[in-house]
Amino acid sequence: MKAIVTVVGKDRVGIIAAVCNRLAEYNVNVLDISQTVLQGYFTMMMVVDVSRCRVELARFCEEMEKSGKDMGLSVLVQREDIFEAMHRL
Amino acid sequence: MLNQKDILQTQNMIRKQHLDIRTITMGISLLDCADEDIQKCCEKIYRKITGRAKDLVRVGEEIEREFGIPIVNKRISVTPIALVAASCRTESYVEIAKTLDAAAKTCGVNFIGGFSALVQKGCTDSDWKLIRSIPEAMASTERVCASVNVGSTRAGINMDAVAEMGRIVKETARLTADNDGLGCAKLVVFANAVEDNPFMAGAFHGVGEPECVLNVGVSGPGVVYHALQSVKGQPFDTVAETVKKTAFQITRMGQLVGREASRRLGVPFGILDLSLAPTPAVGDSVARILEEMGLEVCGTHGTTAALALLNDAVKKGGVMASSHVGGLSGAFIPVSEDEGMIAAAERGTLTLSKLEAMTCVCSVGLDMIAVPGDTPAETISAIIADEAAIGMVNSKTTAVRIIPAPGKTVGDSVEMGGLLGTAPVMPVHGESSAAFIARGGRIPAPIQSLKN
Repeated sequence: MKAIVTVVGKDRVGIIAAVCNRLAEYNVNVLDISQTVLQGYFTMMMVVDVSRCRVELARFCEEMEKSGKDMGLSVLVQREDIFEAMHRL
Repeated sequence: MLNQKDILQTQNMIRKQHLDIRTITMGISLLDCADEDIQKCCEKIYRKITGRAKDLVRVGEEIEREFGIPIVNKRISVTPIALVAASCRTESYVEIAKTLDAAAKTCGVNFIGGFSALVQKGCTDSDWKLIRSIPEAMASTERVCASVNVGSTRAGINMDAVAEMGRIVKETARLTADNDGLGCAKLVVFANAVEDNPFMAGAFHGVGEPECVLNVGVSGPGVVYHALQSVKGQPFDTVAETVKKTAFQITRMGQLVGREASRRLGVPFGILDLSLAPTPAVGDSVARILEEMGLEVCGTHGTTAALALLNDAVKKGGVMASSHVGGLSGAFIPVSEDEGMIAAAERGTLTLSKLEAMTCVCSVGLDMIAVPGDTPAETISAIIADEAAIGMVNSKTTAVRIIPAPGKTVGDSVEMGGLLGTAPVMPVHGESSAAFIARGGRIPAPIQSLKN
């Protein structure tokens, strides 16, 4: 199963590294990353594979959001299906 | 591959435009809980509801986290109690209402619907018992919702029941006077009630429904409002297309969540009800959508046409997005629950007469309207009869949820709290309808009923 991780925050050194480290701790594989910096704000979207995640999906979503806050970032994890449903026929 | 724009659009809809799943409602049949002994009947009801719905709230919360979409309410609807309790040897069904309340609390749901009777053509002894139990049931429970269907296109209007419901609404207000008549916010009088509606206060589990079923209600007035801001000044064809596309997206999301919840709960998926259901939050208003179409204030001339377009476009967009669209599907216009409606009513532009016209083209009826506390029961009955007539002739669902706020008059407002909002007290005609209501009997089914 795939999920979308959205990270938004003030740009600084090491955001991608920090988020990817957290994902690795959960055994979540990164499939694709796209990233831009808009007016000093860092915006990243990642497609990740959560099928071998160490914890239940709902808990993973919650814990990633929390660790985002600790890093001063807004991190949102959502199952990919919701975007597929809304934007693909 | 998804692009960033699509992902951000969905996230903005959820975070900034109040897109949410308004309710997942589990319908549970209680037909097998009948018993002559009311105590045994109550025990069976409690056991059945708490057994079937024990995982409802947990599963709802899991899905919320995984998809990042709020599911605002988890609720239960049951078989109309007038049917379930018909064999009980008792004069009052208040005990059953208390049992439903206790079961709802155990399951963690905020409302349970189905303290109901379907009397469009006539009342059984059990229907009368249920109707007369409503005021005390509403006053002595917190989460139970009641509804009575008094008319239909096929059967006409049961005017004896209409007359009684005026008195029941008044009595419910009196017994809950400490809370400004809050009991009336949990009581709906219907014509053409639907059996699979997931929205409260009018939800019940119809007799044509399976043992247990999951119905989902999605909402998103804020998303439609936002979408219309991008087509300012353009012709109505463009407005309708924009609403349709937005409704399609919202419905697809609801369908996904409904399927997932039904799979996890092991309960068949019933229908998806795509209704623009406002909340008192700024940016979540149906009135503001109508105003965005070019009306200075909701309720002015043009409002009915704007609402007709909105209601129709919402259905057209939704119907292709879900395999089973049902329930009420359309636009709700509950005055107290809609920030824009409250403002328009306070200004005096939105009146009871205009709301009545609007109910001809929206998905339900006169909803969450406060009237002066000294409004006679016959006037309330007459308001109910007018709405039922609109429903009967137009083959649509209509409803009346009206609060004759004890001790209040025009200029005051009624605080319902939470999602129920604030209702400014609206004036009613002072001229009497008493002799009209006193006639009783039935209004015959209209010619439209003869379809066979």
